Amino acid sequence: MSGELSLAGVFIRLAGQELIAPLTMTVAPGEVATVMGPSGSGKSSLLAFICGTLDPAFAAGGSVRLSGLEISGLPPERRRIGILFQDDLLFPHMTVAENLAFGVPPGPAGRRARRARIDAALAEAGLAEFGDRDPETLSGGQRARVALLRTLLSEPQALLLDEPFGRLDIRLRTRFRQTVFAHARSRRLPTLLVTHDPEDAAAAGGPVVELTPADEDGDKAPGLSVIVPFRRRP
Amino acid sequence: MAAAVRQVTSAAAAGSHLWRRLDLLRACPALTLALFFAPVAAGLLGTALPAFGWLPVLGGTQLSLEPWQRLLLAPELPSALRLTLTSGFAASLTSVAIVIIFCAAAHGTRLFRAVERLLAPLLAIPHAAVALGLAFLLAPSGWLVRLLSPWATGWTTPPDLPTVQDPLGLALALGLVVKEAPYLLLMTIAAMAQVEVKESLAVARSLGYGPMTGWLKAVLPRVYPQIRLPIYAVLAYSLSVVDMALILAPATPPPLAVLLMRWFGEADLAMRFTAAAGAILQLLIVVAAIAAWRSAEAGFTRIGRAWIAAGRRGGNARTIRVAVGVVMVALLALASISLLANALWSIAATWRYPAVLPTEWSVTRWLREADDLGPLAWTTIALGAAATLCALALALGCLENERRHGLRVSDRGLWLIYAPLLVPQVSFLFGLEVMFVAVRLDGSWIGLVWSHLLFVLPYVFLSLADPFRSLDERYARSARCLGASPARVFWRIKLPMLRRPALVALAVGFAVSAGQYLPTLFAGAGRFSTLTTEAVGRAAGADRRVIGLYALVQAIVPLLPFALAVLLPARRAIAAAARPGR
Repeated sequence: MSGELSLAGVFIRLAGQELIAPLTMTVAPGEVATVMGPSGSGKSSLLAFICGTLDPAFAAGGSVRLSGLEISGLPPERRRIGILFQDDLLFPHMTVAENLAFGVPPGPAGRRARRARIDAALAEAGLAEFGDRDPETLSGGQRARVALLRTLLSEPQALLLDEPFGRLDIRLRTRFRQTVFAHARSRRLPTLLVTHDPEDAAAAGGPVVELTPADEDGDKAPGLSVIVPFRRRP
Repeated sequence: MAAAVRQVTSAAAAGSHLWRRLDLLRACPALTLALFFAPVAAGLLGTALPAFGWLPVLGGTQLSLEPWQRLLLAPELPSALRLTLTSGFAASLTSVAIVIIFCAAAHGTRLFRAVERLLAPLLAIPHAAVALGLAFLLAPSGWLVRLLSPWATGWTTPPDLPTVQDPLGLALALGLVVKEAPYLLLMTIAAMAQVEVKESLAVARSLGYGPMTGWLKAVLPRVYPQIRLPIYAVLAYSLSVVDMALILAPATPPPLAVLLMRWFGEADLAMRFTAAAGAILQLLIVVAAIAAWRSAEAGFTRIGRAWIAAGRRGGNARTIRVAVGVVMVALLALASISLLANALWSIAATWRYPAVLPTEWSVTRWLREADDLGPLAWTTIALGAAATLCALALALGCLENERRHGLRVSDRGLWLIYAPLLVPQVSFLFGLEVMFVAVRLDGSWIGLVWSHLLFVLPYVFLSLADPFRSLDERYARSARCLGASPARVFWRIKLPMLRRPALVALAVGFAVSAGQYLPTLFAGAGRFSTLTTEAVGRAAGADRRVIGLYALVQAIVPLLPFALAVLLPARRAIAAAARPGR
């Protein structure tokens, strides 16, 4: 059972410049919160910080808690935070099923049980016959769904979305967005979406945090300008 | 509650700290540096001390300048120095000029791409094999003369002309150019990949610049800094080469490096002191040559800036473009024809002047030498495999460590990687042998592999670094977020994705090891022979058929892994590869 994801005083600096000014926010289970901002505003760095993969070139700090437990000192693989990127990043040297198997946590279940779980997930996503395929032979929409499955099969306690809808065409985007949000809500995952597309934010229906970019001459700008606490329960 | 959480956090932090301290990976750069520089530094020291009379094993227990006096009074020294300088500079300047003009003239053409594809296998052929083939090609009784005799030249017997082992060292310079120009070209192509060549050229052309002038003015200034170190390596190598010089340079007197080898091998042990002083002189020559080149660069930069500022557009330069294309093709042809000459000799029974092809054929030589070739090939392969695998492990360890801890090799670090390629082999290998004797590693497998590692590691590291660093880091990040540990990410994600560049690096490293001559000689202490030492050793013998045979086998062995690396499919064949027609 997952609890809330909360950030307290999270800041990120690069070469002495503030990308993210101390940011405090809480995302409830099943809620999709949005961080908005143009490119270069540090949105992706924020997600990288939360899941522990921020490049060491950045200076960052603050508290990240998941279900009340501080996780910012843990290595990424022990944080149990799933992330989806703009690119699907399916491993090109593995089949679709092997990609999914990479995500399934090791456990007492045997090889056959693991495979059954993967097949069930594929079937549920309408990709039943695709297990042995090379990811490269799939369409963009199919690849995006496989990437989502891979993340969900890793049993995350929270979900981060790094503009995962940006590369899809409009028709696919709406459908995939609904799928992702539906999964996040049904599993009661606290979900944090970063995007520059207001439509994404509207569809998310959770609180929205807006980041402003650094000034043109690169001066520090306040990282956090508006919090719009509007809610639209489905 | 908060206190409990804090406790958990600090425990986790302490755990990860402990884990980090035990991390073998973190030791990788230090280990590499130690394995890498300890021998070079110790070798230089072990050469410098005898140069000043200190080598207790041979009775040198007092520092003195006597070795230097004997060196400077050696009657062979002046002409040896002259030969070294003329052939070394001629080879380096010609190689650099050909490569730069060829890139300027032929970039983007079909010829350029064809040449590019031939480079890798050509570079794998050892220097000695090329030299042996060239020696036959150029000799007074060689292939070139035979093709023209007697119908065009009137020579019914081989002319009495010094076409190889000529007193100016031109044959040696040609041999070096045949091997070094392709190497520089490969490095230049790699450097061009880092610069937006196409865009710069498009801008230059649209401003009215000719294709050659455009390249020289818009691309070269950005490419040159990246090929500077390879150029210095070529300069250092050309000024101190031994195996090619034994075959293509005159013997009385030989170039400095060969003279030193002769002194090191002399029965009179006192000569080793003189040789050690000569080895330090060799180092000083290379250092001075690099310094001179560097200051010439500054002059060229000033001239170049003025030339660029003058704004002359340059024409189509068709004549130069055709000419340099012909030169480049001729160089590649020389290398391939040398191989062919070796192959023909190995199966010739009778091949007298002026017959263009052997008149009688025989494979008995192959059968007779098979017993000798087997163990030689085995030593070559085992040695190459051991050195290359060590180098690959170290290079991957350093690169992975760099990635995990956000450290990058600086420009200065690159100099360190090039160090064994910039210090003349003859200047530190004697000292290294002395050190190996002191720690009882002389003539051992470990010492031998270690000595090869010094020359293999730079190439393995350099050929792996770019692919490793350009690997999309987000694959690793998403794997971590799926719950994989850094080690699992490395073995399951990075290594499989880098399989191809890793294989190419292995092939490059293996070829470098297989071509080594001096390290095997010194570190092997006469107990190990490879195909290369044997081929060079037999070059002085008379029978061309045996030489051809050894040179051919020597050239083929390092090509094998290349063929393997190139032929392997780019991606693992995946089952049910029914691809939808997209």
